[in-house]
Amino acid sequence: MAQLDPKIPSGPLAEKWRKHKMDIKLVNPANKRKYEIIVVGAGLAGSSAAATLGELGYKVKNFVFHDSPRRAHSIAAQGGINAAKNYQNDGDSVHRLFYDTIKGGDYRAREANIHRLAEVSVNIIDQCVAQGVPFAREYGGLLANRSFGGAQVSRTFYARGQTGQQLLLGAYSALSRMVGSGAVELNTHSEMLDLVVVDGHAKGIIVRDLTTGVITAHSADAVILATGGYGNVFNLSTYARGSNTTAIWRAYKKGACFANPSYAQIHPTCIPVSGDYQSKLTLMSESLRNDGRIWVPKNKEDCGKPPASIPEADRDYYLERMYPAFGNLCPRDIASRAAKRVCDEGRGVGETGLGVYLDFADAIKRLGEAGVRERYGNLFDIYHEITNENAYKVPMRIFPAVHYTMGGLWVDYNLMSNLPGLFVLGEANFSDHGANRLGASALMQGLADGYFVIPYTVGDYLAGQKPNSRPSVNSHEFVKAIADVESSVARFLSNKGKEPVSYYHKRLGKILWQHCGMARNKAGLEQGIKEIAQLREEFWANVKVPGSADTLNQSLEQAGRVADFLELGELMCRDALSREESCGCHFREEYQHPDGECKRDDENFSHVAAWEYQGEGKTPIRNVEKLNYEFTKMSVRNYK
Amino acid sequence: MSSEKNSKSISVTLRVWRQAGPNKPGQFVEYPAHNLSPNMSFLEMLDVVNDELTVKGQEPIAFAHDCREGICGTCSLVINGEPHGPHEGVASCQTYIRSFADGEVVTIEPFRAAPFPVIKDLVTDRSAFDKIQQAGGFITARAGSAPDANATSISKVDADLAMDAAQCIGCGACVAACKNASAMLFVAAKVSHLGILPQGQAERDKRVLAMVNTMDDLGFGGCTNQYECSAACPKLISHDFISRLNGDYIAASFRSMFKQAPAQTDGGAG
Repeated sequence: MAQLDPKIPSGPLAEKWRKHKMDIKLVNPANKRKYEIIVVGAGLAGSSAAATLGELGYKVKNFVFHDSPRRAHSIAAQGGINAAKNYQNDGDSVHRLFYDTIKGGDYRAREANIHRLAEVSVNIIDQCVAQGVPFAREYGGLLANRSFGGAQVSRTFYARGQTGQQLLLGAYSALSRMVGSGAVELNTHSEMLDLVVVDGHAKGIIVRDLTTGVITAHSADAVILATGGYGNVFNLSTYARGSNTTAIWRAYKKGACFANPSYAQIHPTCIPVSGDYQSKLTLMSESLRNDGRIWVPKNKEDCGKPPASIPEADRDYYLERMYPAFGNLCPRDIASRAAKRVCDEGRGVGETGLGVYLDFADAIKRLGEAGVRERYGNLFDIYHEITNENAYKVPMRIFPAVHYTMGGLWVDYNLMSNLPGLFVLGEANFSDHGANRLGASALMQGLADGYFVIPYTVGDYLAGQKPNSRPSVNSHEFVKAIADVESSVARFLSNKGKEPVSYYHKRLGKILWQHCGMARNKAGLEQGIKEIAQLREEFWANVKVPGSADTLNQSLEQAGRVADFLELGELMCRDALSREESCGCHFREEYQHPDGECKRDDENFSHVAAWEYQGEGKTPIRNVEKLNYEFTKMSVRNYK
Repeated sequence: MSSEKNSKSISVTLRVWRQAGPNKPGQFVEYPAHNLSPNMSFLEMLDVVNDELTVKGQEPIAFAHDCREGICGTCSLVINGEPHGPHEGVASCQTYIRSFADGEVVTIEPFRAAPFPVIKDLVTDRSAFDKIQQAGGFITARAGSAPDANATSISKVDADLAMDAAQCIGCGACVAACKNASAMLFVAAKVSHLGILPQGQAERDKRVLAMVNTMDDLGFGGCTNQYECSAACPKLISHDFISRLNGDYIAASFRSMFKQAPAQTDGGAG
């Protein structure tokens, strides 16, 4: 059994982080250059970490599979970033942001981590403005804010509908500065294919150069994974096509525990699926829910009619009806499930019947078309490009889609996994969002981890490692890891199958969407586990990967990632099956209140499930980290 | 609503640039693409063609892509001679089959420019853009050193103008569209974004000189003011920023001629 000590500092909640920073060890400035740190990934978490550690004087090597660090999928986040600045004087505070986040996560995250997140949120905005992030401003020149899904205060900072882009370009510019100065070595087109563990500590990685196929070993004093989420396991999602689980999955297979893998967020406002060829789902920022009203016809018979012809009396603004206090702004998991429910009732709209209206007619009356265009113009443009429909005239059609994964590698308060020396940041870890993430909190967490947490906590680990003591890449652990990666590449290319990789990815996605999606039950999850195991066998018997290993080979890249998804999917079902309660995104049909809301079981499931790999074909061990709520009263999450 | 015009499928013939690797000869190869839904994206069409090629035992067409929502800047196709295809203000991934006619021959090429060498087929190496950024495309602000975000007010007009420039997705369509392979619009966008803001003033001269000189060193050509770059830009970044860049560059060059380097005084603590 893995040792899961969360290492939460003692003392009052609001003092823990300050106290911890005083208590942890420091690395002498003259010694910092003697330590090498590998950072994998360059999204918000990875680039902010790599840049900041470089500024501190560590030798940093950054690896990204993209052609440039600026391509990481943080770039696509639209809506905004939360911070407890209380610039609007509307009652926000660190404590309120903490409370909203822990409640939003349905009491399945650590109090201490979330409080730290809320504390450093204010520093993030300062940092980003100093870098030149052009946040939206009021006419008087001060920063503008808006309220965002699940919040009753205006604490979200934004840059039009491209907040993620601007924050990432800020972090990328900081990273570029460090690359230019020689403090960070940047390796693009470089995919991590294994973690190397020496004497129980993470001490390096194996990397394949995607343009030449050359496989190399890299040793370091610590390894940081900031490789994002694994929502592409569902095939159709709002993730970039390249987003994958490979780095964290291979770390899992080397001993790092994988926590809460079944916690996958299904975002309520995405453009519905149109055909089997579809490769990706596009998110419509939920900031649209501030002004748009969600509805379906009251009567099934009206579903095919043009929406304008359906009178007010025959429309069901179901979120406003079911959750009068929060209405269209209720949290994502709740809005998504409500959409599923009305579509299951046969009241969905659009060709497939899997869609609901998001209507701006009232907002246009109130603000004028120009006013709506000012706030959401780029989103209306995206909608038009994809659907060929004008949402200023006809309501948008939206449907939930996989958007974010709260699960990820288990980490302690220092963001270190159970493998010493392996740190995990951003969406790749499990730590801050519990069973459901609130809007505008992902950007906050990525940057908090990279700019303000890891620079302190990595030192605490390194101070215990002798300078210049990292192992040689010629040691047998590295040599063996290289050989393993080479043989798995060769296995794909020599497989004489018939079907392309995408064929299996699509099928895996369908199995998971059906059995491990918005509603789950015991029989379905057991069926899912069986079907995925069978699909995996078919994959290995019949997948076809053309081309060679020594040039750019996108089929080969995809094959490795899908092979990992085929294993992860099973673990997700297993996790969902063993969590016999409903909480946040995890809705087990057997555990619901009469009104269809989640029925949590705090007595038996107020814990993190951290899965430990036991070898191929063996059932992994489910370790448990108990969640202690010392400062908050666990209540039923109520948005009515 | 639009199901009638959306439902009729079409077929096209693709003329695709195939090139096995850097410094290898390339050629156009034709592939049929049948039964395409008008709602399919251009890249989804390539996915389908690639799966067909795989099943037939041929090597799929390599093309760069990632977010597929027009923001990451990875996709980079020249479609019928135009970087990012026929539509204004979109990236290749936001181009849909409804823009093409049944039976049309569609030519697909990589972004062509000497500083963007082909890696394979339609994929090019655009790391030159990263190098320009590394030379000076930043404001130095160490983590932990920032003052309160509202300490300096910035007029909405300036913030909006900076944002107009900051939207650049770094795709390189401006370079591909330019007969001189100039990267002026790309550099202008970054220099303007940071130079408009008060935070960017301290390094303003140094930044513009370093970025422009690096751009020249990497082999990008000069600007001839024909603005094919803005026309091809998926974010429609205005060529007005190029004028701003020229102004900044001239002013910075002028100042640098007369500026004396400060004496080194930070000798360290005794």
